[in-house]
Order: sequence, then C-alpha cells, then structure tokens
Amino acid sequence: MSTQVDARGLSCPQPVLMTIDTIKGEKTGEVEILVDTETSKENVSRAAANQGWEVADVAEEGDEYRITIRRE
Amino acid sequence: MKVRNVFATRWGIIGVGVLIGILAALLQKLGNPGNMGICVACFERDIAGALGLHRAAVVQYIRPEIIGFVLGSLVAAYLFKEFRPRLGSAPIVRFVLGAFAMIGALVFLGCPWRAALRLAGGDGNAILGILGLIFGIWIGTLFLKKGYTLGRTQPARTAAGWVMPLMMVGLLALLIIFSQVEGQAKSGVLFYSLKGPGAMHAPLLISLVIGLAVGFLAQRSRFCTMGAARDFVLFRQAHLLSGVIAPIAAAFVTNLILGQFHPGFAGQPVAHTMHVWNFAGMGLAGLAFALAGGCPGRQLFLSGEGDGDAAVFVLGMIVGAGFAHNFGLASSPKGVGPYGITAVITGIVVCLLIGFTMRKRIA
Repeated sequence: MSTQVDARGLSCPQPVLMTIDTIKGEKTGEVEILVDTETSKENVSRAAANQGWEVADVAEEGDEYRITIRRE
Repeated sequence: MKVRNVFATRWGIIGVGVLIGILAALLQKLGNPGNMGICVACFERDIAGALGLHRAAVVQYIRPEIIGFVLGSLVAAYLFKEFRPRLGSAPIVRFVLGAFAMIGALVFLGCPWRAALRLAGGDGNAILGILGLIFGIWIGTLFLKKGYTLGRTQPARTAAGWVMPLMMVGLLALLIIFSQVEGQAKSGVLFYSLKGPGAMHAPLLISLVIGLAVGFLAQRSRFCTMGAARDFVLFRQAHLLSGVIAPIAAAFVTNLILGQFHPGFAGQPVAHTMHVWNFAGMGLAGLAFALAGGCPGRQLFLSGEGDGDAAVFVLGMIVGAGFAHNFGLASSPKGVGPYGITAVITGIVVCLLIGFTMRKRIA
C-alpha cells in the first residue's frame, strides 16, 4: 500500500512541505501525492527528485494530478 | 502528458529573468521613473492615485504594465490549459496581508522587483531593503514549518476567475477613454500627475506590450521574487532564486550600457537613506508576501490564471496604497512619512498574529 498525501487546494510551498515531511518519515516505498495545479505538480516532482525519489508516474485525472514517487 | 514546460526549467526561468531585467531597464530609458522600470507596488499605488483612492498628486497614473501582467498571464493560462478558477482560502486575511505588504513596501519605496532594479541601478539603500525582505521571508518560513496555512481553495465558476482580468480590461478602457490631456491634472474620472514619478512613464502601447510579455512568461516560469528566498531557506532549492538573480545581472548590464548606473546611497531616484526603516519596511512586506504565498508580481500572475484569492491580495495592496498616502505612512525621498514607523510596527504585529493563529489542526 502506498501512502497518500492530499495537497489539493493548497498553494506552494505547502504541497512540497507535506511531500518532504512524508518521505522523510517513510524513507523508502511508494508515495502518492494529489495536487490540483500544474505549478504544484512541477514543484512536488522537482522536490521529490531532489530528495532522491524517483517520479514514477504523473496521472492527470480531470483537473487534478496524481503523482506517484518511489524509492527502493 | 502535455508538452514539457521549458520555461519552468532552470535555464527557462533564468532566460525569463534576463529578459525581465533588460525590459525593465529599457522601460526606464523610455520614460518610467529611475530604477522603477517595473515596480508592482509603486505601479499599483499609482493606479490607486489615478482612481482617486489617494490624492498624492505626484503618483497618479494607470500603469499599463500591471494590466499587461494580469492579461498576459490569462492568455498563457488559457493557451496551456492552466486556467483554474479557484477561491476560498481565507480571502479576508489575504486582503489584510496585501494592505500591509503595500504599506511596508511604500516605507521602503518599492516592492522586491524594484529592490532588485534599485540594486542594479547602483542604489545602495536597496541592500538594506533586500536584507529586510529576506529577514521577513525567513520569519514566514518559520511559520510555514510550524504548520501555518490559509487553508484550501475550492474550484470556482469560470466567471469568478475572470473578475480580476476584467477589472484590468476596465482600467485599460478608462485609460483610453479618459486619456491624458497635456498639462491637465484630470481627464474625465481619472487623475494624472503633472510632475513626480507619476508623470514619468513610457508610451502606453510599449508599456502594455512589455507588461503582456512579462505576464505571459512569468506565468509559464512561475517567476516569484518571494519564492526565490523562501524556497532557498526552506529547501535549499535555488530554482526560483536563479530566476531572480538573473534580472539583477541583466538590468545591471543594461544600465551600464544605457548610462543608468549611478552607485551611491544619497540622492538616488525615489529613495531615502533611513536604513533601519528601509530594512523594517521591506521586512514587513517580505513577511506579508511569505504568509500570502507570493510576491506582488506572482499575485498578479496567479490572478490571471483564475486565482480569486490572489486577486483579493491585489485589491488589498491597492487599498493599502490608498491608506499609505492618505494617512502619511508612505515615505518620500525626504524620509519616512509622519506615521510610517507606527504603521510598520502595527503591520508586523498583525502579520505575527496571523502567523501564530492560522495553523493546521494538530494531526
């Protein structure tokens, strides 16, 4: 099961802060982040990559994005 | 997936920053006030003056650059399917933050954009302003780390996202219908400055086109002068920071070429040398921008892509400018206004209260 972070409706830097807080707790595994702006999508993906996590998938669902990040 | 957004890459945002720096310095050559090619706070203050929300005779003009910023961003947002009407994240708090951000900026005499341009023009007082700005943003990051949030937005009707862009169209219509009459301080409903910074402006069409271009590019690149310092402090991420250093360098070089670089502290255009209040004014502005999630430029670009909360912040800034001049809070080249110091202290107290009280429930 992957951990989920719901950052919809929040503006930066909060989606990034929430993502970083979560992956610091998880260390490895899979985390799904929900965001609803293109900017948040870019920022979360950039921050996850900086933390050494792989951006495995970005799925567009209506007006939202589901970002899946992974680390072995 | 959509095409990759090249403007949001490291080189993309640096390219946008360089262009902003060059265009800003050129606007000064073409008529805008010294070291004020682009200043979001000053220009919104001039708009407040043109509408008669304050009656400081030297700062009244509907600045087409501001109109361009919002409409350029609107066009980019529509072209790239990023127009997302949304609102409902503590709008009244954002209004107050906008008002105090403006008051702080007018004690320093410029927003972060102008602080950068003042530095690029050789104005040493800008160093104090920039240090204050970084200090204010740093305080903001402490609140963010403690769970500060203004809450989630809700998706809204398309019409709601159009309110601010349409207001800008309205301002443009006023500017054209009641265009400036040589030597007259009033044309129809609009006030115009006959002297001072408000009387100095590049030709309307050039200002508008440059504003549109900057609005378009800044929407694509997410250019934000507050985010630059915030992200570096919070995440050691230099992405936005590189986008803000670029225009300083570009404006500096352009100023050298155009003979607009004059290093020093005293006698700088639209500036004063009261170091403590340059620092504190910008400190207040920086804190307010950090708590509201964007610099004054970014708030305009967000308004253009349908963010109704950012639009409320912009209105807060315009109203704040009215108070700043009506109450004698704004500085002048002679120094701070009679009640400027009181206003800065009040603003800092209000922002700290907002920071301490607007928090996530403890999970």
